[in-house]
Amino acid sequence: MTTSRSAMIFAWALLAPAILYVLIIVAWPLFETFRLSFTDASLRKITNYVGWRNYEKIFNETFLTVIGRTFIWTFFSVLLKMVIGMCGAVLLNAAVPGRNLFRILTMPPWIVPMAIGIFMWGWMYNGQFGMISGLLQRFGLTDGPVAFLAYGNTAFWATIVTDVWIGVPMVTIYFLAAMQAIPKDLYEAAWTDGASRWTRFRRITLPLMSPAIITMSMLSLIATFNSFDIIWILTQGGPSGQTTTMIIDTYQVAIGSKKYGEGAARAVVICIFLSLFCIAYFRITRRLHATEKA
Amino acid sequence: MAMFRNDNTPMIDRYRWWEIALIYCGIFAFLFFLLSPFIEGFLVSLKPLSQLFSSPYRFWPENGSFAAYFSMWETVPGFARYIFNSFLISTVATVIVLLLVVPASYAFARFRFRGMGLVLAAFLAVSMFSGAVLLIPLFRLMRTLGLLNTYWAMIVPGAAFLIPSAIWLLRTYMMRIPPELNEAAYMDGASQFYTFRRVILPIARPGIIVVAIVTFIGAYSQQFIFALTFNSKTEYMPLPIGLYAFFGKQDVVWNELMAASFVGILPALVIIFFLQRYLVGGLTAGAVKQ
Repeated sequence: MTTSRSAMIFAWALLAPAILYVLIIVAWPLFETFRLSFTDASLRKITNYVGWRNYEKIFNETFLTVIGRTFIWTFFSVLLKMVIGMCGAVLLNAAVPGRNLFRILTMPPWIVPMAIGIFMWGWMYNGQFGMISGLLQRFGLTDGPVAFLAYGNTAFWATIVTDVWIGVPMVTIYFLAAMQAIPKDLYEAAWTDGASRWTRFRRITLPLMSPAIITMSMLSLIATFNSFDIIWILTQGGPSGQTTTMIIDTYQVAIGSKKYGEGAARAVVICIFLSLFCIAYFRITRRLHATEKA
Repeated sequence: MAMFRNDNTPMIDRYRWWEIALIYCGIFAFLFFLLSPFIEGFLVSLKPLSQLFSSPYRFWPENGSFAAYFSMWETVPGFARYIFNSFLISTVATVIVLLLVVPASYAFARFRFRGMGLVLAAFLAVSMFSGAVLLIPLFRLMRTLGLLNTYWAMIVPGAAFLIPSAIWLLRTYMMRIPPELNEAAYMDGASQFYTFRRVILPIARPGIIVVAIVTFIGAYSQQFIFALTFNSKTEYMPLPIGLYAFFGKQDVVWNELMAASFVGILPALVIIFFLQRYLVGGLTAGAVKQ
């Protein structure tokens, strides 16, 4: 492709507005987060540099528990999204009447304003009057009402289920697209050789979809790690902090308690984890491309 | 015995009856998981409040009515305003994103220059950082710019995080436009800008429309954290925050909250049903084949 000097200037001119916007709204705040994490910034006018004090203050047992909890929460959420999304894609790929309608019906949790879906889950989890507790009692699976959001253990899983619910449609549609890109003759050849449906899935579908599965789990990992709305609307991190993930914790300290410096230090820790995920993502996708070309 | 057999069905797509039954059971279980909150929410919106707060739990409403859909406008008089705000914020954010992303995607799709890969990677990396991580400096930035408690406080940061996926989607689309068009325009003596404006943009219109729809839906569905943090004025609140108005001092008016949710969902549902063909293609186009 010809890339003359004037063409290059034109290309940079096309990019300039977008670059400028992202520099101001994302890059500069990112830099500011690092700077603020070394200060005692708060609502007061005067801000002093305090060195590593914020980091010394936050690295205690509570914070390590929050980090651990965030990873467990993220792990199970991503795992469930991948498994349910794969099941959904297989089911919606089957050549049965009505599948186009079924495909459309998977989209609402993804498309509808997130907060609205979360409010609906909030009602479903209600112990006295919600559907889940109500049906469990009706079928005699529990003795009394179960207030899912009132106990740490159930609230933890309730928030995961809601996060999975919001994430599954995208994973399903993405997997479905990847599944349809697999050449049909592979299946026909295997069918001629007498391979069962399960063998065909195991030996053709899964291996050929592994790039899509890896890509999606990495993207999902990053999105889930950043998840804020679900936990905030359902539990605000409670009861007694048992659904507090790193994002929620940062929000509570920074915006709730107005301790910008300490909050920024927590945000920096999150950024470090996210950067590691991002580097891993780029390296893995590059390797996938290399193997595809070979 | 295979069902739905006709001579055009490939052998591989023929199922035995129990396989069909299993597939449908699976599909219904899957869809029940995804749709149950909406089903339950809709039934709740039909139930009178007294029946909602009564045990034992009843799934079907007794003497249900659409009363909540009328009374909600009186309980929260500003509700129409919240929906309007949501639309306004999403529309302006979409326009900003398009103005930035259309030229940028063209540059990424058509030109080769030093540092391009790095700039593209940097744009994609933006989507890693949610607004929640950058909230503190963004809050201070908005305060410095005097944008706190205005529409802009929700529009400007929101748009930034919609840029990466829009660039990715539109770049993929524009790479499919044959480069010969550029060469032909160059031969005819057209300037770079003229080629972009008069040759590329008209051809790319379908792709731009898809990106606009996807961006609008993204903007409409993710208005929470910036609205929660950067705006405290009731008259500027978007739908998700406005719904908190149904949380009274004592109880939550759940049937009206659900009715209001459905009124708020309606635009999104209408969009899905009319544009689903573009949507499925558009949402995955940039993803699978790069």
